[in-house]
Amino acid sequence: MSTLISPKGLQWFAALTKQCQSISTPIDSVRIADGELGAHSCRFLLVTANPQAHFPRARRGEVGLQEGIALAEAINDVIEQDAHSDSKRTLVAIVDTPSQAYGRREEAMGIHQALAASVSAYARARQAGHPVIALLVGKAMSGAFLAHGYQADRILTLANDAVMVHAMGKAAAARITMRTEDELDVLAQSVPPMAYDLKSYASLGLVDTMLELSPASSDSDVNEAPGELDTSLVEQALRTTQADILKQPRGLSRRLHGQNRQASLRVRQMLAEQWNAGA
Amino acid sequence: MSTQMQPQTTAATGFTDLSARDRVRSLLDPGTMHELLTPFDRLTSPWLEKQGVVPQFDDGVVIARGKINGQNTLVAAIEGSFQGGSLGEVGGAKIAGALELAIEENRNGNPTSAVLVLETGGVRLQEANLGLAAIADIQSAIVELRAMQPVVAVITGPVGCFGGMSISAGLCSYLIMTREGRLGLNGPQVIEQEAGVNEYDSRDRGLIWGLTGGEQRFQCGLIDQLVSGSVGDTRSAVVQCLASGVPAVHPSEAWLQHKDALQAIDMDQPMTPSYARQILQQGDDQ
Repeated sequence: MSTLISPKGLQWFAALTKQCQSISTPIDSVRIADGELGAHSCRFLLVTANPQAHFPRARRGEVGLQEGIALAEAINDVIEQDAHSDSKRTLVAIVDTPSQAYGRREEAMGIHQALAASVSAYARARQAGHPVIALLVGKAMSGAFLAHGYQADRILTLANDAVMVHAMGKAAAARITMRTEDELDVLAQSVPPMAYDLKSYASLGLVDTMLELSPASSDSDVNEAPGELDTSLVEQALRTTQADILKQPRGLSRRLHGQNRQASLRVRQMLAEQWNAGA
Repeated sequence: MSTQMQPQTTAATGFTDLSARDRVRSLLDPGTMHELLTPFDRLTSPWLEKQGVVPQFDDGVVIARGKINGQNTLVAAIEGSFQGGSLGEVGGAKIAGALELAIEENRNGNPTSAVLVLETGGVRLQEANLGLAAIADIQSAIVELRAMQPVVAVITGPVGCFGGMSISAGLCSYLIMTREGRLGLNGPQVIEQEAGVNEYDSRDRGLIWGLTGGEQRFQCGLIDQLVSGSVGDTRSAVVQCLASGVPAVHPSEAWLQHKDALQAIDMDQPMTPSYARQILQQGDDQ
C-alpha cells in the first residue's frame, strides 16, 4: 500500500479550473467546478485526498461511500438542469484515485451501492447526450475508476509514469497470484491486460489520446504544478475531444478496436449472428 | 445444451446446487432456452493458457434467450466453479454483448428484459484490465436497458457477488438474494490485506455473513427479495420482479437517501450488523 498521497489530481484540477466557478459539495474530497470548454459549458469533477474525512478509510483519495454520493449528486444535478436544453453540459472527470475505500463500515453500509450511484449518474449523463471525458493524470484503479471515469465517451491520459490503470495494485496482485512484482512484469510482457504500463493499456484500445507533456511535467517524481504550456495543451485536447464527441455516434463501442482486445469484438459479432437463430 | 442426462431438477432443488447452465434453464419456461455461444463455439479466453490455466469452452459464462412467464428474457449466468466466477475478456464480452443486443431488441419494439445470475469474485486477475473494461461495458448496458425493461440480479452463493460486479448488481432494477448469498464490493481477504485484520477478519465467517449476507442485506433495504434458495422460490421471485416492471426509482438512486445517516455514523462505535441496520433503516424512514 502506497504511503504517499498523490498531488496530481488537485494540481490539474486547479490548473484547469482557474477561470471556473467552484461549486460547493458536502465533502472536501470531491471538488466540482463549472466553466467553459470552447463555446460549451462544462463541469469538472475530481476525487482527492481529505485527511479529515469522516470515514477513516477514505482519506487518501479513495472513492468511498460519501464520494460516490457527492459525485452522483453533482452529475444528477447537471442532468436535471439540462434536461430540456439542447446543449448538454460536458462532464470532465479528472482521475487520480488509488482505489475504492476498503473497510468494514464501507462494506456494512453497502459501498457497492454508493459506487453504483456514481456509475449510474455518469452513464445516464452520457446516454442523455452529455459529452463525458475522463482525463487520467494519476492512478485510475479498479472500482474507483469504474465509479469515476470509466463511463466516459473518451479517455485521455497524460503520457506520464504517474498514470496507471489497473484492476489491482501491483503489490496486492503479486501476493494474490503468489508471484514477485518482477515476475508480474515479465508475465505482463506476453499478457498486455496484466501490465501496469500505459503503453500496454493503450494497446487494449481503451485510450483515445495520450498527451505528451513537457519533460518537467511528464516526470512523475516531480511534484510541481503543471505549467502554462502543458495546461493549455490539455485544454486544447479537451476542446478537440469534446468537438469530436459531439459529431460522432455515442456509446462505448469505439473501445472495441484495440489490437489486444480482439476477442471482445469477435464475441459480439458471433452473438449477433446467433441472436436470431432459433428464436 | 448438455449432452448428458441431467438429474431431475424440481422446484425443491437447491438453486445453489445447480451449474450456471442449469440455473439458466431452471429460470426459463420449459423448452424455451436458446443458448448463445455454447461450449461448441469454443470461444475461450485468449489469455489464460499463457498463464498455465486451462480455459473453459464457455469461459465460465452462460448466455441464453428464452421466455419467463411467456415474456422475452435474456438470462446470463456466471459459473462460480470456474476461476471463482471471475470475469475475463470473453465472459465479460458475452454478458455486455448480450445486454447490448437486448437493448437493440427493445429499440426495435420487442420488449426484452434481463436476468443476471451473479456468482462472481469480480475481475479475473489474469485478464485484469480487460475484465475491468468489460465490467464498464456491462454497467453501461445495464443502465441503458433498465430504462426500458427490468434487469434483475440474482445472488445466491457459494461465491456471492463481489468486486466490480457488485456495482453492476447495484445498478439493476431489482436484487434477489438467498441467506447464503453474499454481496459486497471488496472481498474479505482483500480488505484484511489492505486495511489489517483488526479492520476485517477474513476468517470470521459470522462477521462476514453478518455484514454482507442476504438476510442482513434484506434487513438493510439493500435488496428487494430474500428467498429460501430452492429453484421454485428463486424462480417465483424472478417472475415477481419482472412483473413489477421498470421501477420508478432504481436502487442506485434510491440509496442516495442515506446521505445524512452516513454523516451521522459514530466512528467510535464498532460497526456491527445491528448498528448497520439501525443506520440504514433510519434512512428508510426519511
